[in-house]
Amino acid sequence: MPDTSTTPAPPEQIRAVPVRHPGRWIATAVIAVLAAMFVHMLATNPVFRWDFMVENMFSDAVLRGARTTLIMTVLAMAIGILLGIVLAIMRLSANPVVSGAAWVYIWFFRAIPRIVLLFFSASLGALYSTYELGFPFDQQLMGFFGWQGDWRFLSLDGNDIFRGFVAGLLGLALSEAAYAAEIVRAGIQSVDPGQTEAAAALGMSRAKTMRRIVLPQAMRVIIPPMGNETIAMLKDTSLLIAVPVSNELNFQLRAIGSRTFQVIPMAVASILWYLALASLLMIGQHFLEKRFSRGFGNRETRQQRAAREAAQAGSVR
Amino acid sequence: MSSVPTPPMVKAEDVHKSFGHVEVLKGIDLEVAPREVMCIVGPSGSGKSTFLRCINHLERIDAGRLSVNGHLVGYREKGGRLHELRDAEVAAQRREIGMVFQRFNLFPHMTALENVVEAPIQVKGVKRAEARERGAALLERVGLGDRVHNYPNQLSGGQQQRVAIARALAMEPQLMLFDEPTSALDPELVGEVLDVMRGLAADGMTMVVVTHEMGFAREVGDSLVFMDDGAVVEAGDPRRVLTDPQHERTRSFLSKVL
Repeated sequence: MPDTSTTPAPPEQIRAVPVRHPGRWIATAVIAVLAAMFVHMLATNPVFRWDFMVENMFSDAVLRGARTTLIMTVLAMAIGILLGIVLAIMRLSANPVVSGAAWVYIWFFRAIPRIVLLFFSASLGALYSTYELGFPFDQQLMGFFGWQGDWRFLSLDGNDIFRGFVAGLLGLALSEAAYAAEIVRAGIQSVDPGQTEAAAALGMSRAKTMRRIVLPQAMRVIIPPMGNETIAMLKDTSLLIAVPVSNELNFQLRAIGSRTFQVIPMAVASILWYLALASLLMIGQHFLEKRFSRGFGNRETRQQRAAREAAQAGSVR
Repeated sequence: MSSVPTPPMVKAEDVHKSFGHVEVLKGIDLEVAPREVMCIVGPSGSGKSTFLRCINHLERIDAGRLSVNGHLVGYREKGGRLHELRDAEVAAQRREIGMVFQRFNLFPHMTALENVVEAPIQVKGVKRAEARERGAALLERVGLGDRVHNYPNQLSGGQQQRVAIARALAMEPQLMLFDEPTSALDPELVGEVLDVMRGLAADGMTMVVVTHEMGFAREVGDSLVFMDDGAVVEAGDPRRVLTDPQHERTRSFLSKVL
């Protein structure tokens, strides 16, 4: 052991010559030149017609289209995720019929392109002209017992409901549910089985364990891919033209472009609109991720910060 | 011991359990009296953790009878036949039995206090304010009064295990099961958890403790059970079993761990 009574002077700071990185400078120069060329093109090519674009990209029809696109995205995702959670829990069920049914649903809806689904859901009015809610096989049963009448209590006109917004929402939400189900299932399976055991040992029911313990932890794994899904959905609302739903963002912008023969400016407007909307959704995702990362990582909680600041204030005084 | 015979808290009669073709419990008979602290020791794979998990029906037994406080675990006897209990009834039985796990199994998305009050509020319907007050008192009791708002990953292993004990106590159980509560801890953190358990024992809690801590078993345990290969080899007063084991297998096990 060295003598500790005389502390040695700290060693002199190292002043070495840093390694040079010429490659980085070359890469920076190349990127800077490419960027300058790009900006120059945007500024000098007259086909862009920026004035025309700005003038037309916020017209009433476009704003209405943007609203439809956003509402459709949110509703289709909300219904898709709720149905997806149900399908995921069914898929993990011990009952092979329940789990098999969920598997068939996912198999079917993942295989069908969304545009095909949209065509089909818009044609449901041609399959049956009226849609009625009632007891299954009521006419057959009535006939069997020799009775008259039917057991139906709600009747809807097929051509009336399966068109426009509803048909579009149906096609997109049912398709999304299949993808959401797999994401939710992966999330649920990522939670340590010890969590379920601990909840069971405390006397919690299975439903409560799922809602209070498992799903909140699964959210951490679910949210990033679900963010992808939401942005994909935003873009897929442009498929609504198959229904057709025409008061949708992309269609409205393109309509202006083809009406005025200014295709490029309105195509650029479309790009900028989708960029803006997707960025908006990404902000939402950021806050959701933050909310569900509580207890993971070393972020200080609000109560802890308050307690620490109170302690520091106390020690200063 | 009092002269009035008290019904046992835990009574196991010829309990068998298999996983597939492997028989892990080959007929366990034992009784735990109220206020008794029973320690179960034995080599890994001897079935001691499985037996503990049978007591609160995390595992289902294949044969024999197992009852807690006079009630069969997981079954109801009616007309000479056993009927499986529904999930809600099993959950109701588990409320009376606290369990502490080797890997803590705290809920990572909840603070220490939220972990403790979760089951009282969600399962028993205790009012939030009342549950928080009692939860804070329980955390104080396990020495974590200044850590109530910390998340589990901001706590050491020993602190996490003490929160887990407080979480189990919050349901006011009649029986506490400990499944190797100190096995996942750094050596210098074992003492703080054992101290809390010692306090519980002194307060008269009935405890079944699967452990490798022979010192704890000797000092706190009222009885010691040595299990090997799915059977009870030797049981009795811990000081007697630890110092004067009657069976060769007990002797060879103790010679390795003591």
